[in-house]
Amino acid sequence: MAVEEKVKDIIVKLLGVNPEEITPEAKFQEDLGADSLDAAQLAMEFEQEFNVDIPEEDANQLTTVGQAIEYLTKRTQS
Amino acid sequence: MNLLEGKTAIITGAALGIGKAIALTFAEHGCDVAVCDIDLEAAEATAAELAAMGRTAKAYAVDVADPKAVADVTDKIVDTFSRVDILVNNAGITRDGLIVRMSEADWEAVLAVNLKGCFNFIKAVSGPMMRQRAGTIISIASIVGMMGNAGQANYSASKAGVIGLTKSVAKELASRRITANAIAPGFITTRMTDKLTEAQRNTMLAQIPLKRFGGPDDVAHAALFLASPLAAYITGQVIVVDGGMLM
Repeated sequence: MAVEEKVKDIIVKLLGVNPEEITPEAKFQEDLGADSLDAAQLAMEFEQEFNVDIPEEDANQLTTVGQAIEYLTKRTQS
Repeated sequence: MNLLEGKTAIITGAALGIGKAIALTFAEHGCDVAVCDIDLEAAEATAAELAAMGRTAKAYAVDVADPKAVADVTDKIVDTFSRVDILVNNAGITRDGLIVRMSEADWEAVLAVNLKGCFNFIKAVSGPMMRQRAGTIISIASIVGMMGNAGQANYSASKAGVIGLTKSVAKELASRRITANAIAPGFITTRMTDKLTEAQRNTMLAQIPLKRFGGPDDVAHAALFLASPLAAYITGQVIVVDGGMLM
């Protein structure tokens, strides 16, 4: 799926993790080593790549890779 | 000695006074400059001076109090210059008056330009600077933000706010090698202080150990130091440039 690919690319570029570590259950902060600035930057990169605005309340809910993919898939389909 | 070789700076309120002095000093040290000001014509004149020195310099009209305008102009600047290494929040206004008579409009206007303007621009450059993992943010506060001044409740509050904002930003962005510092000028001879009366000037002069008013270059030199690699280990600080007035 295009969304999943793009999300993984962004995560690899920003966090420098191995693509294999990027599973749907992987938590950005606990598993992939993102700090709060990384989390903010991820949100900004997602916004730019998918051309959507992600309000703070929504961004705070996206704690796993799977949640991010699901959210962005929904947002880009509407 | 080119302390800012190859760097790009955004300077607000850069058309005249302290902002212009900072722009010229930075340009002398190899820095390219985005000259931002509410007055496009004056900004263009300053940009032309910088270009004549061999620097890349462009003028942008922007109201720092307008978040969308600031975000848009920052996008344009990063597009044109491809990076932003230094932000100097220098734009500022005064609307002096005694608090018992101060209008809501005068309070809001000064807070909007002097404090919210810093927030708007810092927010706009933090994305690019975080991606670069490098940057330095310099905000011009004032000694009255530390000691207060009768007749300047709004101005003092806004400048005290700039100091608190600077320290928070310093803590937030340090992990990305971005520093944030403030400069607190004392009495500097510019258009803003031309508004003061003779009596007010004499009162101030009596309080200055170095027995002179400052010039825009005095502030520009402090800004140059903070913007340079020499200040890499300095963050969250307020550098007071006031001839010893506040100790």
